[in-house]
Amino acid sequence: MSNKLIDLKFKVNGKEVELKVNPKTLLLEVLREELKLTGTRQSCEVSACGACTVNIDGKAARACSILAVQLNGHEVVTIEGVADGKTLHPIQEKMVSHGAIECGWCTSGMVMSARALLLENLKPTRDDIKKALQGNLCADSGYVKYVEAIEMAAEVMQGNK
Amino acid sequence: MKDFNYSAPKTVKEAISLLGSLQGEVKVLCGGQSMLVLMKQGMLAPEHIVDIKGISELDYIRFSEEKGLTIGALATHGAVEKSPIVKEKYPVLAEMEDNLAVVQTRTWGTIGGNVCHGDPAADPPAVFIALSSKYKLMGKKERIVNAEDFYKDLLEVDLEHGELLVEVQVPPMPANSGVAQEKLMVQKGDMGIVGAAAFVTVNPSTGICEDARIVLTNVASIPFRAKGSEKVLIGKKIDEKLLEEAGQIASEEVDPPADTHGSEEYRRDMARVFLKRATAKALQRAQQKN
Repeated sequence: MSNKLIDLKFKVNGKEVELKVNPKTLLLEVLREELKLTGTRQSCEVSACGACTVNIDGKAARACSILAVQLNGHEVVTIEGVADGKTLHPIQEKMVSHGAIECGWCTSGMVMSARALLLENLKPTRDDIKKALQGNLCADSGYVKYVEAIEMAAEVMQGNK
Repeated sequence: MKDFNYSAPKTVKEAISLLGSLQGEVKVLCGGQSMLVLMKQGMLAPEHIVDIKGISELDYIRFSEEKGLTIGALATHGAVEKSPIVKEKYPVLAEMEDNLAVVQTRTWGTIGGNVCHGDPAADPPAVFIALSSKYKLMGKKERIVNAEDFYKDLLEVDLEHGELLVEVQVPPMPANSGVAQEKLMVQKGDMGIVGAAAFVTVNPSTGICEDARIVLTNVASIPFRAKGSEKVLIGKKIDEKLLEEAGQIASEEVDPPADTHGSEEYRRDMARVFLKRATAKALQRAQQKN
């Protein structure tokens, strides 16, 4: 069996990245181990918890369940690429100020699912938000505050508050 | 995960010629949302992976009144879920996608990958069979197969060496027809412990059921066509008593697995319940169209 390394060229948080990977390498491994972007959580690794959620071309996807080589030509945003310099994104800002963050383990995944939702729909209903977070588990069961914080962030992003 | 040889053809032509030439165990990878789980667990360790996710010519959803809906193998679940034409003409497919796993899976997972995985618990094969769909396969030559005939055994489908599924073809919905899908979930998005997809047509003047196609999931090694149940419905006016009879027949005819989610006995009874629910909903939709 040949362990031929494959060229991988994609965008991560706005920057072009080029590297060579074993084709069995997961996107999660490239992000955390090669690029040292450890904000994306390595958690259940069986597509159950959503803690590794990133945005691929603006949509929520699980970094633990995608081969890195499939990202060739795509654009990935991780939790490290959400804030604007030192200014938190409204989703992050509202999650902090509203106390949605408890232990913080699932938070980066929650932010990425919420970001994908608001990129597509800036006026989500509560039901839309719940559906968008359906694949993100919180062991503290802190879902209500997350949903509320995302509602508040949507208001800010619409320019209402 | 075991190492494998990897190639990523960019066109269907390239993929087919590659698939025809590779020796040893070959698996085609689309989104990998089901396959990677098996590979990580070591249950699947192919020697070659042919990654077709980058073949953009297979990423489409098209509709025409004559041909119906054609879905390219690489259309994602998310694309089907949000497609305006799917919502308008085949709302059952959008409803199915809404309950298919979670957002993240639907972003990367594809229709082609799902229907080729051959999981008897999966929703799309059952719904496509209920809708009399066909699958278009490309190899040395083109082959069109009925979705119903494509499933051979647990995780085994009718794909020959060198063949690739390129398209799902869903015919136009006949007049006076209705279709619905229901499944038993602990949480929204779960694989159905038992599920049912039902298609019925009803004569608008007599109210008699003229055609019925009912498919159950997770009650056999392949999607289960409830032919005995269909037979008692066709040619009659469907009422609660007849539905119960159809459900009873299905509960006797299925051959369900037993696992932590449900015993064999429980699944038999749920086959009855969900067949009734899906069929009643399909019937209601068919009547609304009249």
